[in-house]
Amino acid sequence: MIEERFDAIVVGAGPSGNAAAYTMAKEGLKVLQLERGEYPGSKNVQGAILYADALEKIIPDFREDAPLERHVIEQRLWTMDNGSHVGMHYRSDDFNEERPNRYTIIRAQFDRWFSGKVREAGAVLLCETTVTELLRDTAGRVIGVRTDRGGGTAFADIVILGEGVNGLVGQRAGLRPELKPDTVALAVKEMHFLPRETIEARFNLKGNEGVVIEAMGTITDGMTGTGFLYTNQESISIGIGCIVSDFTESNRTPYGLLEAFKRHPSVQPLLEGSECKEYVAHLIPEGGYNAMPQLYGDGWIVVGDAGQFVNAVHREGSNLAMTTGRIAAETVVWLKRRREALSKANLSEYQRRLEETFVMKDMKKYRKIPDFLHHNKHFFNLYPKLLSGAAQTWFRVDGVDKRTKEKQIFQSFRAGRKLSGLIGDAFKLARSWR
Amino acid sequence: MMNISEAGGTAPVKVEERLFQNRYMVDAGRPHIRIRPHETPSKALLAMTRLCPAGCYSVNDRGQVEAVVDGCVECGTCRVVTAQTGELEWNYPRGGFGVLFKFG
Repeated sequence: MIEERFDAIVVGAGPSGNAAAYTMAKEGLKVLQLERGEYPGSKNVQGAILYADALEKIIPDFREDAPLERHVIEQRLWTMDNGSHVGMHYRSDDFNEERPNRYTIIRAQFDRWFSGKVREAGAVLLCETTVTELLRDTAGRVIGVRTDRGGGTAFADIVILGEGVNGLVGQRAGLRPELKPDTVALAVKEMHFLPRETIEARFNLKGNEGVVIEAMGTITDGMTGTGFLYTNQESISIGIGCIVSDFTESNRTPYGLLEAFKRHPSVQPLLEGSECKEYVAHLIPEGGYNAMPQLYGDGWIVVGDAGQFVNAVHREGSNLAMTTGRIAAETVVWLKRRREALSKANLSEYQRRLEETFVMKDMKKYRKIPDFLHHNKHFFNLYPKLLSGAAQTWFRVDGVDKRTKEKQIFQSFRAGRKLSGLIGDAFKLARSWR
Repeated sequence: MMNISEAGGTAPVKVEERLFQNRYMVDAGRPHIRIRPHETPSKALLAMTRLCPAGCYSVNDRGQVEAVVDGCVECGTCRVVTAQTGELEWNYPRGGFGVLFKFG
């Protein structure tokens, strides 16, 4: 297909691949980017929240023309039982700032915009092109890729794999293992359209203000997982995801779980009268630090979801993707300027640089959390129920004196989980969180 | 495709109605997922009849699992779940084919 040689080949045009391709092209490197979708974004799925800081470090003035939906001024965290939710809401006018911190976005539109910037910077993008394998020299170093465009090949000094959670290229080349059912979540999502005035009235918003809801509890029917609802300008993204191995053990379907979440009395009024225009599903790597594969080798680097860069506790991923893409690219540019080989030994600089950023610091901080949550299902079923029961006992005025109510609440917790269990769970959570 | 009613749910939840909203470029005659011939499906493959978010898997009258992947959303769950059993041959659709997300 393309006979000329490139400085770098980037596999994938999502946040990590685009960040890498943009950064290298802008520094004058000859970059080929390959995307299997019809257009960048056509295979990509996210909630989606854009974290401004990570993108600002790549395209400082992105707000001028990026397709942003709403800036987030309110975060709601809900624990839910079948008929109730206990919420922690944080809303602040401080988030109505000149350079807002978080935005809701629609990925198919955002990825197309980002890709336009990559091409403006000088990278060559080929869509509808699936990379089928990595090419290696006799010494085993990666020297290029083969594609399904007539089996065509392309060669470069480095291949950056931004192929996503479901990436097959690195896996089939033996650079990383297949995903494990207990460290990956399956999420399903729908896009529900409503007039913007309706969304603004329902969520108490004006202008481009937005609300995001993250929810856990009986909505996942005992499985480790969460639900979410994000406000866009004229649509609502609603979804739910659980660990795949939990799904295999349950009797629920992913779309049945989503349907039940949508019908929950706390959620249903927010969606009333909406029109669903798309249903998507995607995997999310949730294994954290302990599930991370080797990140670099002779002639290759892995970035974004393909490298398991997701902070499941804080629901962050796209910012880690962009940051790893940028830092991988900066490392390549730095080595090329010094005329050093893109060898495994030299590319260890990529990991060294990542260790200095929030990416590796957060991955390490929460390394015990995925395993903890997977083995402590009380946090998704029993505790949300107890919390809701306690709130109802406390708020319902029914002639029962307050001291008796306090006793009832305390007893409900002890009946649900022995005191030793309660203390043990709190201790284990604190230890995993540290 | 299937029509599965949820345990404890109020009404059957149909996945076809959801997929109807999506855009696909079907590579006719070249399914990107194939099930290897089998007599009895593993527990993992059987679980896909419920777990597949696009309802691509069903059981035929001989108890074998079949797949119609035209509505596949390319999540990869079936590949991950059956990785140990090796019952699936899983590839991406050819470049440009398969699901095309309008919003994603």
